[in-house]
Amino acid sequence: MKDIKKIIDAIRKSKGIDFSDYAFSSFKRRINRFLEIKKMRSIDELIGKIQTEGDFTDLLIKEITVNVTEMFRDPSFWIVLRDTVIPQIANNHALNIWHAACSTGEEVYSMAILLKEIGLLKKSSIVATDLNNNVLDIATRGLYSIRSQELNSKNYEVFSGKKNLSDYYTVHDGMVQYDKHLISNVKFSCHNLAQDGPFGKFDLIICRNVLIYFNFDLQEKVIFTFGQSLGKNAFLGIGSKESLTWCKSSRMFEEVSVEEKIYRKLS
Amino acid sequence: MSVTKNIRIIVIGGSAGSYNVVGKILSSIPEDFSLPVILCLHRLKEVRNGFVESLNISSRLEVKEPLDKEPVRPGFVYLSPANYHLLVEPGHTFALSTEEDINYSRPSIDVAFDTIGYSFRGQMAGILLSGANSDGARGLYQAYRNGAYTVIQDPHNAYFKAMPEAALKYFTPHLKVTDDEIVSFISSFKNYRYA
Repeated sequence: MKDIKKIIDAIRKSKGIDFSDYAFSSFKRRINRFLEIKKMRSIDELIGKIQTEGDFTDLLIKEITVNVTEMFRDPSFWIVLRDTVIPQIANNHALNIWHAACSTGEEVYSMAILLKEIGLLKKSSIVATDLNNNVLDIATRGLYSIRSQELNSKNYEVFSGKKNLSDYYTVHDGMVQYDKHLISNVKFSCHNLAQDGPFGKFDLIICRNVLIYFNFDLQEKVIFTFGQSLGKNAFLGIGSKESLTWCKSSRMFEEVSVEEKIYRKLS
Repeated sequence: MSVTKNIRIIVIGGSAGSYNVVGKILSSIPEDFSLPVILCLHRLKEVRNGFVESLNISSRLEVKEPLDKEPVRPGFVYLSPANYHLLVEPGHTFALSTEEDINYSRPSIDVAFDTIGYSFRGQMAGILLSGANSDGARGLYQAYRNGAYTVIQDPHNAYFKAMPEAALKYFTPHLKVTDDEIVSFISSFKNYRYA
């Protein structure tokens, strides 16, 4: 544990990013994984490089945060979003959506496709944030491996999308390029959920399988931030095996889908 | 037997060929069994419903899938949720992860054994059952190094021997026994209290 603390301190001093309140076991696993991949022999070697090499530390941060994602993960969640949640918040004004910790963007493209198929994409204003500029670049570019589209397509089919997922991208050299028009109303920006506060008010916030990497205190703080970023009767969607139960801030919400972990902001 | 007197948590890892042994175990555990039982079983990523329900049919203890941050409590059997890795924190709460497959698996038995071994040390009893790949072998070894009591299903008795055999490449577990002996082993903890 002392070694982990030393690494966290070194990263904070170098980049101002603080991992102190990340969930211990998964964070420790990510560090050990990085050490193995980079064939580093000791914690001291790692700390030395953090202190002297900025690019190395950026790469470390990208590797220790989990950026494994897929489009329409848990299709049942997206079905409830399309059929139940969005109809309740789509009014005459623009639909404001925040994808918090959007990683490489798959979730954002899923939302854009969902909105396009129900004719609401033009009326939507989406903000997608992550602490990591590397992954935001990937999200902005919309270029992904063709291999990962097999799972994405399966999810999209279960979601009962109106077309084929391949209608939304073109293939080049083993990569797929998603249609740029999908993100014309999306603003990608750098924001550290763990340290930065609210910056706007939204009708819907999606933050799925991110809280699992935060400890109790940090989860409480983030849920409070979400509470301040939502108007009355706005919605929050989290991961299928996450819960607001452990947070005092859960009192700001009522659970509207037990199965899919979707909450509505009270007053 | 004295090495097992501190056991407070039982962790079972299983893959292909293990489900009927799991069924035997669950139907033999008495209703007032106090120690939490963790089942880390390889399962389809996209099938979220049905598994817990089917296990509950033969189980006398309630089987549930833990939520992230849920505390480990006595009297329950916890099943690893689909498409997540299952971890246990030093504070004895569950944690989940969506990181890459480990040994082609999510949930990975290595992850469960490793983190529970770190968080419970000599209070963990780890049991590795049948499976066609080597997931769980390294994790059981890491738990062993942290003081856990380790059991593997005898490869000759297991439907698929690869998984328990892989553990033998790392170390010699405390017990190498048949499925019926595993059922008896677990029953031997029936008067243990978690608190």
